[in-house]
Amino acid sequence: MKVEEYKGVWVFIEQIEGNVVGVSLELLGAGRALADKLEVDLCGVLLGQNVKHIPKQLFEYGADKVYVIDDPILENYRSETYMKAVGDLVRKYKPEIFLYGATSNGKDLASAVATEVMTGLTADTTMLDIDLENRFFEASRPAFGGNIMATILCKKHRPQMATVRSKVMKAIDPQPGRTGEVIQEKIKIKEDDLRTKVLQIVRDTSKKVNLAEADIIVSAGKGVKDANGFKLVCDLADVLNATVGASRDVVEAGLIGHAHQVGQTGETVTPKLYFAIGISGAVQHVVGMNNSETIIAINNDPNAQIFNAAHYGIVGDLFEIVPLLIQEFKVALKEVGGVKTHA
Amino acid sequence: MHIVVCVKQVPDTKVIKVNPKTNTLDRSSAPAILNPYDAHAVEEAVRIKQQHGGKITVVSMGPPQAINAIRKCIEIGADEGVLISDRAFAGADTLATSYALTKAIEKVQKQEPIDLILCGKHAIDGDTGQVGPGIARRMSIPPITNVIKVENVASKEGKVEVRRKIENGYEILQSTTPCLLTVEKEINEVAYSPLPNMIKAAKYEPAVWSVKDLDDVDMTKLGMKGSPTVVGKMWPPAKSAGAKLIEGDAKSQVKQLISIVLEKRQLFEQKGGR
Repeated sequence: MKVEEYKGVWVFIEQIEGNVVGVSLELLGAGRALADKLEVDLCGVLLGQNVKHIPKQLFEYGADKVYVIDDPILENYRSETYMKAVGDLVRKYKPEIFLYGATSNGKDLASAVATEVMTGLTADTTMLDIDLENRFFEASRPAFGGNIMATILCKKHRPQMATVRSKVMKAIDPQPGRTGEVIQEKIKIKEDDLRTKVLQIVRDTSKKVNLAEADIIVSAGKGVKDANGFKLVCDLADVLNATVGASRDVVEAGLIGHAHQVGQTGETVTPKLYFAIGISGAVQHVVGMNNSETIIAINNDPNAQIFNAAHYGIVGDLFEIVPLLIQEFKVALKEVGGVKTHA
Repeated sequence: MHIVVCVKQVPDTKVIKVNPKTNTLDRSSAPAILNPYDAHAVEEAVRIKQQHGGKITVVSMGPPQAINAIRKCIEIGADEGVLISDRAFAGADTLATSYALTKAIEKVQKQEPIDLILCGKHAIDGDTGQVGPGIARRMSIPPITNVIKVENVASKEGKVEVRRKIENGYEILQSTTPCLLTVEKEINEVAYSPLPNMIKAAKYEPAVWSVKDLDDVDMTKLGMKGSPTVVGKMWPPAKSAGAKLIEGDAKSQVKQLISIVLEKRQLFEQKGGR
């Protein structure tokens, strides 16, 4: 492989029913910085059905080019079809860096493409940079349950690929009127030759458990002790129109389902406001929430590790503090007019 | 049905410690366990076997001690286990790992055709989730990741239907077999092992294959040599300055906290402000 033949930074653009998901716009922001450093183009890779309206938005968010395959066979994500389409694009146009959102589909696709084109892939990265001297892509991520950070390099294979967690990177402010080049491509697969079918897609719009997208999360740890303590946390979440999170202990105690678990074996979250209530702050929990904008910890143990991760802390008895918080928030929120449904 | 489950022995990241002087992991500080997600994969295989009959073969790559992880799988209900263990595999990233495991699975497949391959969603020491899809691609079978429920197995028709977790919900996918599924924890609860399984597991000796036991192996695709990625620098995660502690009695602490929270104006309506 001649690595110097590979040029440009690519971002896989994930869309659901014609709407670009947030992480793809964030990756255009991160990719723009990498492309500027390398003095190359930033390109979006857009697959789907009826997606021709999307490139305009991608240009405004920093893309120079968008490769589009618009075909009914790509209506819903499938490893089989997307891997083939993206693999063909990589072989034809040879990008040096390729970023994917660390979503279910993004991770699935990146893993399959890495094997398809035989290159290196770093999962769940949280920091991206360029070693300009060697033109290496430096993809960094927490490793071993967040105990350590590691930079992963892919020196001799291209593209250098990474999946990136949602809400870690920042989208640029859209520049209305900014344009670029659309490159139409085709996929040569027939439905009859495929082995997988999407029979049904069920989207839970109640959003109660959508931790990844929540603006405010109120999380309970084993300090809540039992269902009564846990209910206090839920009540606070209610008042704040927040999503309820939980540490592994609370989930394992059966107080709430696994879908609410924050941490290494649960969800990674990045809300604007994160309440850690009765959570000791083991690294496995912290790695799942330490990119939150503001973290507030309430714990009766002044030495609890959670106070290292938090921005603000109250050392105190949650059974005293939380009921007061509920009461006072009710009053205060009435004064300001309540919590916005979408910040 | 012949179900193959790929498993990994991992250090328990819940208790592993980092040597603060060298920034390396003190592996001796952590007990080696069967990767928790893989235990759910074995359990799911056991449940499918209970309905459809057949055999469960566990395949793992690792040092000789990894036979303990395979024994754990026998305890859960696997029938047989194979460990591939060789210095040639050492230092493998996900691409080289999927190559070595594929070679082992191909050998298992020669002895008995495979209907289904199950893997855990990811290993807790690497957190990548890349090996399962890699194996599927190498074997040219469909991968389905993030499976939370096996809806239906039609072994005669050679089809499975599964529920796959996606953001905001799930999708139901149908695939022909053989295919490869990676499973989430919520797919099942690992049942307590029945006593006969535990007795069998305690005495169980899995087949241990070196690289010479595998067929048609391209040595350049193994281990460190076959791994496109390398680890650059490692460092401990940045320690934040620590929390600013809010002092006072409970009432005053709560009042102070609320005014800090309300500072985040973008989260709240601003009555009369606009």
